Amino acid sequence: MTLLGSEPETPFVVELGQFSGPLDLLLSLIRDERVDIYDIPIARIADQFLARIRTMGLDQAADYLEMAARLLRIKAQMLLPRHDTDDAWEDPRAELVRRLLEYQQMREVVDVLERYAEDRRSRFARQYFPPSNVETPPAPLALSLAELLSAVDRVLRVVRDPAMHDVIPRALDVDGAIATIRGVLELRERARWRDVVRQGAERWEILSSLLALLELARRGELKLAQPSPFANVWIRRESPGQAA
Amino acid sequence: MSPLAKLLEAALFSSARPVPVEELAALDPEASPAAVRAALDELREAYDVNGHGIELTELGEGFQILTRPEYTEAIERAQLAVRPHRLSAASLETLAIIAYRQPIGRAEIEEIRGVNVGGVLKSLHERGLIDVVGRAEGLGRPLLYGTTPLFLEQFALRHLEELPRADELAVALRAEPRAV
Repeated sequence: MTLLGSEPETPFVVELGQFSGPLDLLLSLIRDERVDIYDIPIARIADQFLARIRTMGLDQAADYLEMAARLLRIKAQMLLPRHDTDDAWEDPRAELVRRLLEYQQMREVVDVLERYAEDRRSRFARQYFPPSNVETPPAPLALSLAELLSAVDRVLRVVRDPAMHDVIPRALDVDGAIATIRGVLELRERARWRDVVRQGAERWEILSSLLALLELARRGELKLAQPSPFANVWIRRESPGQAA
Repeated sequence: MSPLAKLLEAALFSSARPVPVEELAALDPEASPAAVRAALDELREAYDVNGHGIELTELGEGFQILTRPEYTEAIERAQLAVRPHRLSAASLETLAIIAYRQPIGRAEIEEIRGVNVGGVLKSLHERGLIDVVGRAEGLGRPLLYGTTPLFLEQFALRHLEELPRADELAVALRAEPRAV
């Protein structure tokens, strides 16, 4: 609750969805104010536009800002004195009106398209998926140990100086680790990783303890928690069955 | 039903997309396009008159068998098929402009919509509704976009001419792009 919604002045994304752009907002203002699109009271509409984008937090959106600047420029041009005899005077609003009309017409097409799409959406076609050309995974290998060894032999003979490693299996002592962990948890309800693995433990000891912890957690004897990556692991005693 | 009508029915049933008349005619070398048309009429009538849950529709430059709208809700409730998502207002506006003005570049679309359309173009392209159809001559040779056959299909249109003409809309469309 403290993380989200503490900033009341950021309804930006939500409100933006209402309008699909500055022209949409402008048209809605013109409709709300019931003014003639061919004779827009530019000062009033420009002020309203600015007020709206401010209250809606839209002043962060470049598209809206650009329109705001355009409106202010037209407003300024309208204020310039002109003579009645000046035939060459061109209404500074003309370009905006043209764009608004064009946009409005496009919105009409959108209504039509929406109707068509809805008509098609309400009917299902056959759903046929052509066999994909994704390769199916190969079948499991069917070969005997002798075949495998002879294959290894062939490969090794090709490689001139194969680097050979001796792999010595090292036994893990999971049962021993389980006993240790149980012993620790008998004394205390909560323990840390450090309590069940001694300082400077061998790799096999660490692995044994880890497997033991996971095994005990699976059996429900304890719960593991790590509040964040690389943080200390907490171990908590859980005694199912006996406790209940 | 005539043998040809039955053959067409089977072919349309097996296809996931609308099938053009020419492709249907290829099913039977003996059949003329006129005969295929007649057989399609026969099939449509069979569905309409005898009371079927499906109907034969002409859309997307071809023919397709579709379920009737009255069963859509029940089918969707049973989760046998799911209606595709509706397009957003931004997508529809952009599509409308492209449908009427194709081939058209991104800058011109943005000029009409008054917003950046980069993201919308990308998603429309991903949905297969528009495609790049060429490049303009001017500076940087910008990409030009047009609608695809899938657009016609998803809007149940036979061809682009089925969209209302400019003079049928309440406001007249600008006749030609403004000279810059």
